[in-house]
Order: sequence, then C-alpha cells, then structure tokens
Amino acid sequence: MLARRNPQLNAHGELIHLLSIEGLPRAILTQILDTAGTFLSVNDRDVKKVPLLRGKSVFNLFFENSTRTRTTFEIAAKRLSADVINLDIAKSSASKGESLLDTIANLSAMHADMFVVRHSESGAPYLIARHCAPHVHVVNAGDGRHAHPTQGLLDMYTIRHYKKSFNELTVAIVGDIVHSRVARSDIHALTTLGVPEIRAVGPKTLVPGDLREMGVRVCHDMREGVKDADVIIMLRLQNERMSGAMLPSAGEYFKSYGLTEDLLALAEPDAIVMHPGPINRGVEIDSRVADGSHSVILPQVTFGIAVRMAVMSILAGNDA
Amino acid sequence: MTSLSLDAEQLYAELRAGVGRLLTPDTVLVGIWSGGAWLAQRLNADLKTDRPVGTISSTLHRDDFGERGLGAVEAATELPFEIDGARILLVDDVIASGRTIRAVVNELFDYGRPASVELAVMVDRGGRELPIAPVFAAAKLTLPNHQRLSLARESDGRFTFAVKETT
Repeated sequence: MLARRNPQLNAHGELIHLLSIEGLPRAILTQILDTAGTFLSVNDRDVKKVPLLRGKSVFNLFFENSTRTRTTFEIAAKRLSADVINLDIAKSSASKGESLLDTIANLSAMHADMFVVRHSESGAPYLIARHCAPHVHVVNAGDGRHAHPTQGLLDMYTIRHYKKSFNELTVAIVGDIVHSRVARSDIHALTTLGVPEIRAVGPKTLVPGDLREMGVRVCHDMREGVKDADVIIMLRLQNERMSGAMLPSAGEYFKSYGLTEDLLALAEPDAIVMHPGPINRGVEIDSRVADGSHSVILPQVTFGIAVRMAVMSILAGNDA
Repeated sequence: MTSLSLDAEQLYAELRAGVGRLLTPDTVLVGIWSGGAWLAQRLNADLKTDRPVGTISSTLHRDDFGERGLGAVEAATELPFEIDGARILLVDDVIASGRTIRAVVNELFDYGRPASVELAVMVDRGGRELPIAPVFAAAKLTLPNHQRLSLARESDGRFTFAVKETT
C-alpha cells in the first residue's frame, strides 16, 4: 500500500512547503533552528543581506491583517535579496468576489516563486500548495485556528537559545489555547523536540480537557500551572473572545490568569517569559513582567526574522 | 582504489613555509570552512602570529544554491577583527573551479573593505572556471572531475587526504 506523503515534503523527505509543524520530523525542525543561527549573524554585518533568493519573487498574501508577521516576513525575504510583493488581499480581489484559486493562478502568472499566506480559514495554505506550480513554495503565516508554524519555530529557537536543550524542560502555555494556532504549533513542536512536560493553563472555556489527547497537562489553576516552569508562554487574549460571553471582563481575567511578579516567583528562578505579541498589558501580563528581566519577548521578534530567513532559504533550495 | 597518494603532513609543512614567507606584520589568516579553517588555526599557532584567526563560510554566497539547496548549515563565518583596511590571507585545503573562493570573497566584503585579499592553498587540483589564482600552492596536480579530494583531521590533529569518487 502506498503511504500518503506529507504534502510538505518531497520524495527525498526534504521540506518544500511549510504548512504545519505537525508531522514534520525532528531532524527538519533541528535543521531550521540550526540554519536560523547562521542567519542571526547576518544582522551584525555591515551588509545585512545575502544573495540566496536573488531573482526570486516572494508574494506576501495576507487575507487577514497582521502588520507584525507580514513585516518580519518582508524583512526576512529582503535580507535574502528576494523581491517582495505585499498584497493586502482583504482589501482587493477577494472583496471583488475572486476565488482563492483564481487569485493564486493570477499571481502565478506573474511568476511568483513563493507565497507567504495568512488566511482566516484553516487549511487555505494547503489548498494553495496543492494547486500551485511545482516550483512554487508555500509558507503558512497563520491559518484560522489551525497552525502558525513559523511562530512555533521561533518560539523553539528562543527556548533553545536560553535553555540549550529541550529534554528536561517544563513549558507552560497560558491563555486562550483553544482558539490559538500559536499554541497548537508550539505543542506539536515541543512534543517533537522531546519536552517532557507541556502544560496548558487557563479557564475551562479556553482550555478544554480534551487537550490532554495532545499529551499536555491541563491546569485551570494559574499557580499550579506556572509552578516550577522553565518557560512560560503567554498568549494574547483576543478581545472578540471576551465579547463571546466566554469571560466576564479583562480585569477578571487578569485576576485569575494574568502573569504577575508574584506568580512568576513560583516558576524556576531562571524561567523565561515569552509572548507572540501584540501584548495586552494588564490583561494577560503585568507590565513589570513584560518589561522585566525574565521577559524575552523582544528577542523573540529578532529571532523570528532569522527563523523566517531559514525557512525561506531551505524551501527555495529544495525541488518538488 | 586510487593510485594517488598525498602526504598531507608533508604538504602542510610546505604550506607553512610558503605562508610564513607571505606573512607581513599585519596579515591576518582566514581559513575557509572546514578544511581551510583547520589549516589556518594550525598555521596561526605554528607561525606564532599573535593575531586572532578567522573562519569564513561560502554557504550564503554559493552559486549552486539552486541545485544543491542549503543542506546542513554547520559553517558560520567568524571574523574576530576589523575587516576595513585588513590584509587578509585566505587559506584553503584544495582549489578547483575557484567558485568557493568567489563566494568567500563576497562573504568577506559583507563585513567591510579589506586592503588586500590573497589566497594560499595546500593543493591546486586544476579545473579552474573563474579567473582566480592562489599566490601559493604546496602542490599542483590534475585530477579527473569524478574524483573529489578532501582534507581530514585525525583525532591527534594530524592531517590526511582522502580521494572520493563522486557520482
């Protein structure tokens, strides 16, 4: 019987699209992290640019707004010498009724080499990967509630940078896990890289018990959730979730699940605090923690550029 | 099996003598990863330059990236000195097409504008595809294209040469 191949890999097991961390072997995750380390040093050179993607066109297709993610992909592609075309699709073709695949066909006719896709529908980047020309690579920059693999990878890079190895860590992910593609990508990556204890921390409405099936420990008590943690990943509480009658108010949420200095003191003394941004001060995180010595929120942004450079250059070097 | 036998330690001795003659009081050695980096480190110690030694990688400037991909990135450029105005002597184990040297010179210029760049190698195996020449080569020989010559470093630090058939 023919095994169905992971659509992200070619026949040699090399990465040709980055759609999800789920199903990627540890060796590929490690290759991306190692490669990112090389690109981090490019930022320290007089010339902050290398020619690996010279002559290639990278199209940023953002069907859903995200200034930060789009900007870091743009910087990453430009530091690899690619030509970058930003399409704010939310405001253009889609609103005129063009179908996703027609949009892709038109952009392919403009000789795109890589699509970086952000879409509110889970699975949209898979659809694009299945229908684009064989030489075109697709990077998922966040699809619905499903996956945000480059955020997951930059989180792994950050953890490895500060903690050196994964195999003795306790990692707590706090907040709106159920709606978070970042949490899902982080959980898959942490599992693949061998983290022994992954905790999902938050209220029952946002951290349902069936998350245990992903191999995580579910905690509805914040003190229990952060106790002895080496890494605390705070998630943004999206305002629209609160209006969905899931939570009483931002203030109430902060009282129960906001990360304060007192709570952080329960974690390991050298614990790091991460956040994918943008942060809501006083909602999920206290300013003193966000700006404190345990916070690595800004280094995450810097590492994110190197990780995206690594992903794009690895993809561009592999044929379908 | 190959009839070619190269005494890497003997060649190293000749390289050391050749590089010794090329060194000026302000020359810095930069080894090309990986074989050249081993050589540069040992040369820098043996010749007692009292200056830091650099390592340079061609990975980010290779012209065959489209065919070979990025592969494993173990090589990182480390240049622990000012490049602007520096007199640089690049060191590599083997030169063939010259494409690695082209890539490395581009990499070097990403860090600044050196005063001069020269190249010393252990073996010039011929087959140049670019107008690039070393100022010193410990040995010159002609190898067929399907054979690949690469330097290895034993656990005691001694060098050996291996000839591999490529497909």
